Amino acid sequence: MSQTSDAREKPLSIVLEKCAKTFADGTRALEPVDLAINGGETIVFLGPSGCGKTTTLRIIAGLEQPDAGGRVLFDGEDVTNLAIEKRNVGMVFQSYALFPNMTVAGNIGYGLRIKGWSKADLAKRVTEMLALMRIERLADRAIDQLSGGQRQRVALARALAVRPRALLLDEPLTALDARLREDLRVEIDDLLRSLNITTIYVTHDQAEAMALGDRIVVMQQGRVAQIGTPRDIYQQPANAFVAEFVGTMNKLSGRVEGGIFVTAGGRMPWPEAPAGATRVMFRPEDVSIAVSDGHLNGTIASLFFLGDRVRLFVDVGDAQPIVIEASNRRKLSRGDRIGLSVDPRSFVAIDH
Amino acid sequence: MKTRGASFFLQLAFTLIVCAFLIVPVLLSMLAGLTENYLVGIGSGLTLKWVANVWDNYRDTMFLSLGLAVACLACTLVIGVPAAYVLAKRQNMFTRAVEELLVMPVAVPGLATALALIVTYGALRGFRTSWTFILVGHVLFTLPFMVRSVLAVMSAIDLKTLEEGAASLGAGFRQRFFHIVLPNCRSGIVAGSLMVLTLSVGEFNMTWLLHTPLNKTLPVGLADAYASLRLEIGSAYTLVFFIMIVPLLLAMQAIATPRKPRPVRREDETP
Amino acid sequence: MRRDTSLLFLLMLPAAAFFTAFFLLPVVHLALVGASGKDGAAAYSAIVTDANYLRALIATLGISAATTFLTLVISGFAGVFLQRNVFPGRSALVAMLTLPLAFPGVVVGFMVIILAGRQGLIGTISQALTGEKVVFAYSMAGLLMGYVYFSIPRTILTVMATAEKLDPKLEEAARSLGASTLRVVLDVILPGLKPAFISAGAICFATAMGAFGTAFTLATRIDVLPMVIYTEFTLQANIAVAAALSLVLGLVTWAALAVARTAAGSTVAAAG
Repeated sequence: MSQTSDAREKPLSIVLEKCAKTFADGTRALEPVDLAINGGETIVFLGPSGCGKTTTLRIIAGLEQPDAGGRVLFDGEDVTNLAIEKRNVGMVFQSYALFPNMTVAGNIGYGLRIKGWSKADLAKRVTEMLALMRIERLADRAIDQLSGGQRQRVALARALAVRPRALLLDEPLTALDARLREDLRVEIDDLLRSLNITTIYVTHDQAEAMALGDRIVVMQQGRVAQIGTPRDIYQQPANAFVAEFVGTMNKLSGRVEGGIFVTAGGRMPWPEAPAGATRVMFRPEDVSIAVSDGHLNGTIASLFFLGDRVRLFVDVGDAQPIVIEASNRRKLSRGDRIGLSVDPRSFVAIDH
Repeated sequence: MKTRGASFFLQLAFTLIVCAFLIVPVLLSMLAGLTENYLVGIGSGLTLKWVANVWDNYRDTMFLSLGLAVACLACTLVIGVPAAYVLAKRQNMFTRAVEELLVMPVAVPGLATALALIVTYGALRGFRTSWTFILVGHVLFTLPFMVRSVLAVMSAIDLKTLEEGAASLGAGFRQRFFHIVLPNCRSGIVAGSLMVLTLSVGEFNMTWLLHTPLNKTLPVGLADAYASLRLEIGSAYTLVFFIMIVPLLLAMQAIATPRKPRPVRREDETP
Repeated sequence: MRRDTSLLFLLMLPAAAFFTAFFLLPVVHLALVGASGKDGAAAYSAIVTDANYLRALIATLGISAATTFLTLVISGFAGVFLQRNVFPGRSALVAMLTLPLAFPGVVVGFMVIILAGRQGLIGTISQALTGEKVVFAYSMAGLLMGYVYFSIPRTILTVMATAEKLDPKLEEAARSLGASTLRVVLDVILPGLKPAFISAGAICFATAMGAFGTAFTLATRIDVLPMVIYTEFTLQANIAVAAALSLVLGLVTWAALAVARTAAGSTVAAAG
């Protein structure tokens, strides 16, 4: 393999077989998980803290070993007992884990130094990585002189410099402020597309997951709740947890009467209603404000001006108000009665 | 700036008195070591003859003390730094017990430790009469200071993640230890080293029982001189001790400037 | 990382081996020797049954308690003052106050002689003023002075470090609620300094219990336990009693530190 170009053979595919994790104190962090990650895809582990997403990542990295019976396969080869330093995976940590005793260039070149690269090759590759991340002028800085965003770039450059078989990112943007997070998200997305490298990305932020993932693995309490493309996850959530964790979801309770869902706020047509449904869910963007009376009628409980649009909380007589968004041109105020209609094709029926 | 009331000056005066209590005898003893006749006063003239006298009679004690301190430092580095690393990496009942045990030679009076060593190893003539017997005592006494100093720094940095970072880049254990662990706790090692040197040079409680007439350390020689010789010689000897130890103390004060660990936000998912 | 366990064990081995060979085994041996004298295990109770030993124990406990009290009062005032006021010469003052940090007990004893000995400063001044020469270096008072001298530098450092961490907002809040200076000191500053007082106090106490160099230098008419042990061992060659007494002394000291650590909730190490 050439040492200076990024051309590489087929990207790595990763398979987890019955990987569970129980910690020494008896805590069960992960129930047995089976998962196949295709070469070159970006897969996002999404879930609240404690759901087992980081543990799964660490098992793939080789920082944790799965409980007996679990296996990790890289391109079909069993690497379960291989230490992380032998797996050749690039890893970016939430706290970045940059070495304070080395400069930026020293950090980026560290993996190559370990591999025994010659000084000239190493310097060349480091320059390449600095350029890729657009941080050339930081080369000789100490780590504690860097801003959060700069540290993030150095951490990425360091992980990629060794040409890893896979890139593992553990909440890489969590420590940054919102604006920077958005910019870097776009940058990381471009980078991953151009590198064609198998990437596993752990986050609790659903917007990040939607933007970056080819597929998303939603996790809940140590189990996989759903695997699918961002569109699948958003439009066809497998259960109430996924529906509510990803995006905003309204829910109304009631009963089905001959193709009509009857609720406290009105009667909504629902031709494809499953028999005996007692609850319906739908996204705010599928609700439109009716000119006169709608399928649903309610009172505006509160409203928030968001600049480009207005978010309304409408009390329709159910336990919780429903959330909708309206154009900022409309003159609406708290206490107004409004009519709403909902596209029945967007209804999600989940009973719990 | 607010004006200072009587309370400020009262407290300042009090602090100055405390300072005088500590410093005046140091200055007087230094002066006494350079005075012809302390009883008569400085009017009797200044002289270096007492210092020369001490150099002629006690220079061996100084070399022994310096040699011991350096050997003691080497030992505490070799056995203390790895031990601190283990204590930092694993925090369980066993390591907590080890930490507790390691401090015992400091908590237990030196006299008792020295007696224990003598009743156990005193019969080994070659060992009992060699300087290494004193060295053992010094290492026991200074080891916890090295371990704690290094451990404090290791606990303040996120050693675990740094090592995981290095491992993900292909570094094996040895490389992680020498490239990442040691350089990043250098400040703790330096602070611990200065502490070990200072304590070893000044150790008396154990050394007094462990030493033999042929192996006198500086503090042992000092005790001799205080007990049997005139005040001027004791003072001159103390002066030499100050000259040896004050640079170490100043270095310690210089590096003791407070370090503020950088806050690193981190969501700990695994318990 | 799992493979590290055996490596970590290897790294701990030198310290563990050294410590076992030169501390644990000797101390156990010492305990056996202590019970091997003509009175057997009764040597251990001698410290309370023998009037001389008991008197020495009480004297040692007394002087240690007095040292702790005096040192905390002096260092508490000076330490808080130095931490909360900025004035020219402050850092020089701090440097001077912490200079004697590593003076061994023998040197501290000599400092006491310089101050209160037969040719000492206090004697000279008192003779000039009243015609009477005040000499107390060679008594309990001199020993107490030495122990306080020894303990002030490290205690001041501990107090200053803790006072630095006190949140000035707490004090401002108390003042905004109308608290007087005295109330602020009692309700805010002292409670904040409590951990420092406990840990520094424990160290004062422990070092005073076991200190030997200062008493040795001041020599005459001082019967503290370390001196008794030394005398039993060297002059009387009464190894069993010396062993028993030193173990009891060690145990009392270690217990004092352990209690203080529990109370302070942090680790406390003695020094000196």
